[in-house]
Amino acid sequence: MKLRRSYAIIYRYFSLLRSSPDRLIGLYIWMLIDMVLWGFLSTYLDRIVPAGFNAISAFLGAVLLMNFFSRVMLNINMAFFEDMWARNFLNLFASPMRISEYLVGLICCGIVTSTLGLAIAFGASSLLFGFSPLTYGLAILPFLAILFLFGIALGILGCAIVLARGPSSEWFIWPIPAVISPFVGVYYPIDTLPHWMQAVSTILPPRYVFEGLRGVLHQQSSNIAELSLGICLAIGYILLASAIFLRVYRKAMRTGLIARYSAENAN
Amino acid sequence: MSTVLTVTNLSKSYHGKAAVGGVSFAVARGEIVGLLGPNGAGKTTSINMVLGVLAPDSGSIVIDGIDLATSPATARGRTNFAAVYAPLPGNLTVAQNLRMFGLMYDVPNLTNRIAALIVEYELTAYRHTKCGLLSSGEQTRVALAKAMLNDPPLLLLDEPTASLDPATARDVRRHIRATASRGTGGVLWTSHNMAEVEEVCDRVLFMSHGEVLLQGNPKTLPAEHGKSSLEELFIAVAREPLTLETA
Repeated sequence: MKLRRSYAIIYRYFSLLRSSPDRLIGLYIWMLIDMVLWGFLSTYLDRIVPAGFNAISAFLGAVLLMNFFSRVMLNINMAFFEDMWARNFLNLFASPMRISEYLVGLICCGIVTSTLGLAIAFGASSLLFGFSPLTYGLAILPFLAILFLFGIALGILGCAIVLARGPSSEWFIWPIPAVISPFVGVYYPIDTLPHWMQAVSTILPPRYVFEGLRGVLHQQSSNIAELSLGICLAIGYILLASAIFLRVYRKAMRTGLIARYSAENAN
Repeated sequence: MSTVLTVTNLSKSYHGKAAVGGVSFAVARGEIVGLLGPNGAGKTTSINMVLGVLAPDSGSIVIDGIDLATSPATARGRTNFAAVYAPLPGNLTVAQNLRMFGLMYDVPNLTNRIAALIVEYELTAYRHTKCGLLSSGEQTRVALAKAMLNDPPLLLLDEPTASLDPATARDVRRHIRATASRGTGGVLWTSHNMAEVEEVCDRVLFMSHGEVLLQGNPKTLPAEHGKSSLEELFIAVAREPLTLETA
């Protein structure tokens, strides 16, 4: 693997971001809007709910972490979509770049932009609502790791779906974090859900983050075994998503889809 | 002359219908080979297989001594291409595009290489212009500069002069001839402009229905088959390939 080739993808993406404020705003605006909305709602809840329940820590922290997870996923997809929108697949896949090098490039784009987004959101929440991620102590590190790894897995899966089904399937990708969100208990304990949803949630790594988050707030401790399970699941999903992407790529090579992705658009 | 491309018994079918059926040909270093034929003859399918973006059903492709099937990344690193249907990203500048592809092709001394190509392809004034804002001729020159980044042993050009005015097309041909005359690489070229093919190519391959029907020197081939020009021969290949097979 030559990281210089992966750097080509990072260079391309950040060249676009640097020259286009619209893209930069699009990356962070929804995260900030969500944070402001939930910040005020939590402030209001803290006023009306009896003492002992800290809505700011419970809701605002969860919203920030959920947004971090969706941004990791969507920012990987955004870097991939830039190639699709620019009809660049033929140039890209005819180059000596390996699929692993391409995926590493996409993932790095997601890592940098989402980490920057998280820093911006934490800074803004601290400034506007006095909420600091230090509330969770060191427990935030495994939470971030799980969300980060699962975001990467879904990002790779999203790329595979669009590569397999064509540009119009881009619209399948945007709602994926919202579809997952009710199952993983972002705002409520998992036992609130009906049994079948609870069963589904056991295979979704973010469940262990948001349950753990509530554990830290209420009992000042997190369940190490559950967090470890969350990390293992997320790593498993990355391997599965990479295998799916590779399978889709190989099928696209056999059917001529990669060549047609460009040629069809040019007609 | 050593061989930079050897294609042997290459086949590709879609839904049971052969797009390319058992094609074999070679390109030598310093040689410009024209791949000709009517629409649907299998030219672009063949080029896509040589580019490594389409898997053949059978046959082998060896680029500069490297088997594409067993070492795809290494083999793709020995080639490069420009095609009218594969424009460079229009939202990046000329310099950014060349840098991005230079990184992908792992070009050494990239900054110097980009500077040299920008001068060679007369792109200095457009260095910081987004490619999408350039004229067709300028975009073709950028695509050729990109195709030359890694100084490829095998250069694939799919209708590089389509949609260019005659003066720009002549400049492009001059660049490609100059590249081939250095003797470090060979060129596989497709075009529908027979005068251009006759001027530029050392050898032509006529494809029809997924097979190579004829091959030879573009200046002598028409007479060998009782035709007065390459264009007439092309039309005969397109309309009466069976007559020519027996010729």
